[in-house]
Amino acid sequence: MIAFGHLLERLVFSPGRLAKVALIRQYFATQPDPERGIGLAAITGDLKFAAAKPGLIRELAASRTDPVLFALAYDYVGDLAETVALMWPPRATNAAPPSLSEVVTSLQNEPKSALPDIVAGWLDASDASVRFALLKLITGGLRVGASARLAKTALAELGEGLQADDIEEVWYGLKPPYLPLFAWVEGHGERPDPADAPVFRPPMLAHPLEAQDIAALDPANYRAEWKWDGIRVQLAATLGGRALYSRGAEDIGGGFPEILAAMDFHAVLDGELLVMRDGNVAPFSDLQQRLNRKTVNARIQTSYPVGVRLYDLLFEGAEDIRGLPFDERRRRLEAWYARTQPERMDLSQLIPFDTVPELAEKRLHARAASIEGLMLKRADSAYVPGRPKGQWWKWKRDPLTIDAVLMYAQRGHGKRSSYYSDFTFGLWQDDQLLPVGKAYFGFTDLELLFLDKWVRDHTINRFGPVREVARGLVLEVAFDAAQRSTRHKSGVALRFPRISRIRTDKPADEADQLHTLMALVE
Amino acid sequence: MPHPQTWLTVRSEGLFCAPGGFFIDPVRPVPRAIISHAHSDHARSGHDHVLASPATQVLMATRMGAGAFGSIQSLEWGERMRVGDVTVWLAPAGHVLGSAQICMEYQGSRVVVSGDYKRTADATCRAFEPVGCDVFVTEATFALPVFQHPDPLDEIRKLLESVALFPERTHVVGCYALGKTQRLISLLRQAGWDAPVWLHGALIPLCGVYETYGVPLGDLRPATVAAKDALVGQIVLAPPSAIADRWARRLAEPVVCLASGWMRVRQRAKQAGVELPLIISDHADWPELLATIDEVAAPEIWVTHGREEALIHAAEQRGIKGRALRLVGYEEDET
Repeated sequence: MIAFGHLLERLVFSPGRLAKVALIRQYFATQPDPERGIGLAAITGDLKFAAAKPGLIRELAASRTDPVLFALAYDYVGDLAETVALMWPPRATNAAPPSLSEVVTSLQNEPKSALPDIVAGWLDASDASVRFALLKLITGGLRVGASARLAKTALAELGEGLQADDIEEVWYGLKPPYLPLFAWVEGHGERPDPADAPVFRPPMLAHPLEAQDIAALDPANYRAEWKWDGIRVQLAATLGGRALYSRGAEDIGGGFPEILAAMDFHAVLDGELLVMRDGNVAPFSDLQQRLNRKTVNARIQTSYPVGVRLYDLLFEGAEDIRGLPFDERRRRLEAWYARTQPERMDLSQLIPFDTVPELAEKRLHARAASIEGLMLKRADSAYVPGRPKGQWWKWKRDPLTIDAVLMYAQRGHGKRSSYYSDFTFGLWQDDQLLPVGKAYFGFTDLELLFLDKWVRDHTINRFGPVREVARGLVLEVAFDAAQRSTRHKSGVALRFPRISRIRTDKPADEADQLHTLMALVE
Repeated sequence: MPHPQTWLTVRSEGLFCAPGGFFIDPVRPVPRAIISHAHSDHARSGHDHVLASPATQVLMATRMGAGAFGSIQSLEWGERMRVGDVTVWLAPAGHVLGSAQICMEYQGSRVVVSGDYKRTADATCRAFEPVGCDVFVTEATFALPVFQHPDPLDEIRKLLESVALFPERTHVVGCYALGKTQRLISLLRQAGWDAPVWLHGALIPLCGVYETYGVPLGDLRPATVAAKDALVGQIVLAPPSAIADRWARRLAEPVVCLASGWMRVRQRAKQAGVELPLIISDHADWPELLATIDEVAAPEIWVTHGREEALIHAAEQRGIKGRALRLVGYEEDET
């Protein structure tokens, strides 16, 4: 538990992905079984305790601390678990801090009535960082900024030549503390056999199509489809179960029970998860209402009905057809679809074209917000994990742009830690600026130097790490779509905003009005 | 016997001792000042006459130049001196080199003004000596039960583990120039770090003063002029204002660390953009404040600045009378 406490502590403060991976990897490399496997489960969110709840922590705090001092401390710290972890007055004990496995076993098996004494005993034997980890484990929100994917990446680095995807392919069905998994990764055990389990298959990805690539395209060799603006998913239905995965291997089925219910077949498919009403795709903001939910109620299911537009067939029954050419897989997909007629699913249609200019024309006229652009896939391409060169292309629509005024800036992290590189910008409504978005890329290194200096020279206010600047710099902001949003004061949210140009030539009062952007909302 | 309230009062310049005609750590220029320690919020320039410990005197002269005061007089530990109708002496406060508690006796009653202090062992300054008194005037920077500073050597070990884990990066530790810098270097040496410690220019001059007072700091080098490659895998100390700012661009993908008692609270550390918080403080933590109140056995405590509410509540539970002076002008932040 000591090592796990220290790991959490470092993860909380490390902004960089690489640093987080290094820290987790180090933890796996130095901790014994079964501790490290339980640590892995804690990060991936695969530990559940029914009886331990935040109320338990309040009771413990009340039993050991002065109420006035506790209130003052809580007011200052602002987080229950942290306040208790920091101010817990330990009773003298000879007990060592509990091991992570001991904690997990007890929390899962002991009756609720026994827990207060057990937890108090652990807190007495631990230092503040271990107490914090313990209490966060109990309240169930580690919030250390480390995803399951990150933990699997770190685990893969423990082995020779393994990738996170290799872990994903065996992950389904494995249980904490994952002893066979660690043994395999470290080269002294068999690869866990997922057998019939609905495991994740790493998806095939596309390269962006650049101007110079377009000329080289031979239309006869490529198939075109719309690139829909939802989230890419994989549907895995096998004899061993059903799973719905995001592109990053996250099991998101819990939030979409109606999709799981519709997967009454035996196949692995690639598609786009969308909110669809009568066959029409709703804007991405509708889908956002359904994302990041562990469970979902009937009202949301009715208000935001989801479906999957199918792109590809990876397995038909138990047969792996990823090695077949695209055309052949497509034929199999169409035949399978006609035969199976799964609910809540339709086929992504191929777009017929004879010449590249004809396709370019179609792309130009596709203005529906739900279309991000075009996909071009080589007719003979096998389904290869990752981003193989020259096989699939994404040809996004030209971005929309607005001229916005810089309002706030915040320093970045890692290599950008000394630079103001996160920018909030706004548009005019009458004589008031309303923030419409945030962007932290799109500029060159030289432009970043300019922006950083500009922010420092024009700061009018500071709020912690944020600087408010004088209304004097116009930024051309490019974005893929504008969508109505109730979360933003301006009532609009941008998809993929980035800074495309610094308009030092334009006075701030000539920047765009909010209604100009609202007119682009679809 | 007059109650100390009648002869030690709060004025806008700071604490004033009328029968002695002097102020303690005044925030504005006064004719007579007694200075507890050389931090800039306590030791300001422009006083006509200053009384301080010898080390504080040297540190003040190094920081501000000799012309920042009229006359300056030093007082050895425990040496008694008559100032007006008051007997004054200094006792070590354990905060930084030269830091003193100011002890005063007037017509049979005794007040001790702690200045800033800590009780944790520190190889770079004399340890705090409790002095029994009728009124103990204490700071309260970390007067909440959440502030319990861990063993500083364990914090240093965390730093060294991180240096081993990220050998391609530079660890830059934010710390202020007087006290924290030298304590960190000393702790690093205790933990076995014999490599050079690289310093921001603002931290260099006072290290010299410490060495003349017999605090060995080992191989120190200027970081400002060093090549980026030379700093890979190294430890650099710099003022907190520089660690995440332009100055730090000379460092190799810096791991931003900050050594401060505030680092105990996550949100404080996150707000400062700190990647590795080190809970190392030169102020007393909550248990030390309570232990000190018990040791000096004063029936009454006055709290100068900080989170006085909690400390006064705790004192009253012990049957000790508490009073908040709410002195202004002393930095909230120890960094």
